[in-house]
Amino acid sequence: MGVFFYITAAIAVFSTAMVVTRFNIMHALLYLIVSLLSVAVIFYLYGAPYMASLEIIVYAGAIMVLIIFFVMMLNLGPESTRLEKQWLKPGMWMVPALFCVILLGELVYLIAQNHTPVTGIKEVPPKAVGRSLFGPYILAVELSAMLLMAGIVGAYHLGRQQPKTLHRFLQSKPS
Amino acid sequence: MSAGHYWLVIGGVLFVILNTAAGLIWLERRMLALWQDRYGPNRAGPFGLFIVLADTIKLFFKEDWIPPFADKVVFVFAPAVVVASVLLSFTIIPFAPNVVVADFNVGVLFFLAMSSMGVYSIVLGGWASNNKYALLGAMRGASQMISYEVFMGLSLMGVVIMSGSFNLSEIVAAQKNGWFILPQCVGFFIFLIAGIAETHRLPFDIPEAESELVAGFHSEYSGMKFGMFFIGEYMGITLISSMVVTLYFGGWLGPAFLPPVIWFVLKTFVFIMLFILLRASMPRPRYDQLMEYGWKILFPLSLVNLLITAAIKLLI
Repeated sequence: MGVFFYITAAIAVFSTAMVVTRFNIMHALLYLIVSLLSVAVIFYLYGAPYMASLEIIVYAGAIMVLIIFFVMMLNLGPESTRLEKQWLKPGMWMVPALFCVILLGELVYLIAQNHTPVTGIKEVPPKAVGRSLFGPYILAVELSAMLLMAGIVGAYHLGRQQPKTLHRFLQSKPS
Repeated sequence: MSAGHYWLVIGGVLFVILNTAAGLIWLERRMLALWQDRYGPNRAGPFGLFIVLADTIKLFFKEDWIPPFADKVVFVFAPAVVVASVLLSFTIIPFAPNVVVADFNVGVLFFLAMSSMGVYSIVLGGWASNNKYALLGAMRGASQMISYEVFMGLSLMGVVIMSGSFNLSEIVAAQKNGWFILPQCVGFFIFLIAGIAETHRLPFDIPEAESELVAGFHSEYSGMKFGMFFIGEYMGITLISSMVVTLYFGGWLGPAFLPPVIWFVLKTFVFIMLFILLRASMPRPRYDQLMEYGWKILFPLSLVNLLITAAIKLLI
């Protein structure tokens, strides 16, 4: 299991790095899908098959498809890749890299502080997820439902049929 | 399960599925022809059966052309996605008692996850072709498959509520006293329609609508790369048929005079025939009709089905 974890984690880290460094947005998105899939595999390895499936269905299968859909609508050609190359100069990486180094340092320090390996992994079956979602966490479920409702109302408002306006020449009915 | 049995099951499933996909070339052409009052393939071999061989050899020897304006890596990668995702879905299907590759306890969710991965082959294939017809087909495919996936999942949940499990073997076992087609007939129809849309077969073959979009998302594909899309489609038909059988028609359950595998195959072929019959008889809807039909009729219907099923389950 340890071997599988390290292989998957390496793929996740590598693909996420590729997401950040690609100039072509479609290739970046493809690497992001790979990264999400490898996170799903890690969920599965650590006893959360339900979370793993939801990660693939919701993130890799629905949200990423929508993002790709919009990128396709924008019809970004090689021109945008060239622009991206212009904008992303090496200097741009300095500050984010600094923050990441600080985070990495903290992480390494914390791992070094108490290096007990994860023990007592127990599998969480779908039923347990459902029970806790609609038991102790019912408030969060209801709140997110309200958020989604607001989204639906907003989408309906944007997409409702506009009253038809005709040019003044077309308004009079042909007699 | 011993290791030998395990490998035997994997090899057997792969062999049968791939050969079924190839055989469907012949079956589809023959059945289409019979329903149109012709005979169909009749030259190569007995009953024209060797047309499968001829078609495959032809595909292998065609020029494998990658257009110079295409995104090469993605172009090559896209046809593989559909075949891989459909083949992975077959791992969870119980063909007979103890004949299942992976007895996941999240089997139904795994099937949904893999079918949502299958969208990428259309989307990426269309995008990488760098051709306006392909792009239009890919965009239609993406919106069609995303919307139909939503209530495909919802219609399955009725079965999950009735059997109390995501595990397909347990779902089959729960149908011992009666198939789910009777209590879940609304769910069955929604799942079947969503399944046809997922495999983008006629009448829902809007991503490739040949009368308006050349060949849609695979306009630029030739040779065996086109063949992969084709095999993926046929395997998709087999997959949806066997999912319908597993979820609603009792899987391998049946009277004892035939072994369970035979029952499963027989039931699956009934639905494969239904797919072919639909192709022979249905006109293609317009794109906006398809979306409206999905979101305004099938989606509320699947929600109502889910609510009523849950209420009955609570009360009884």
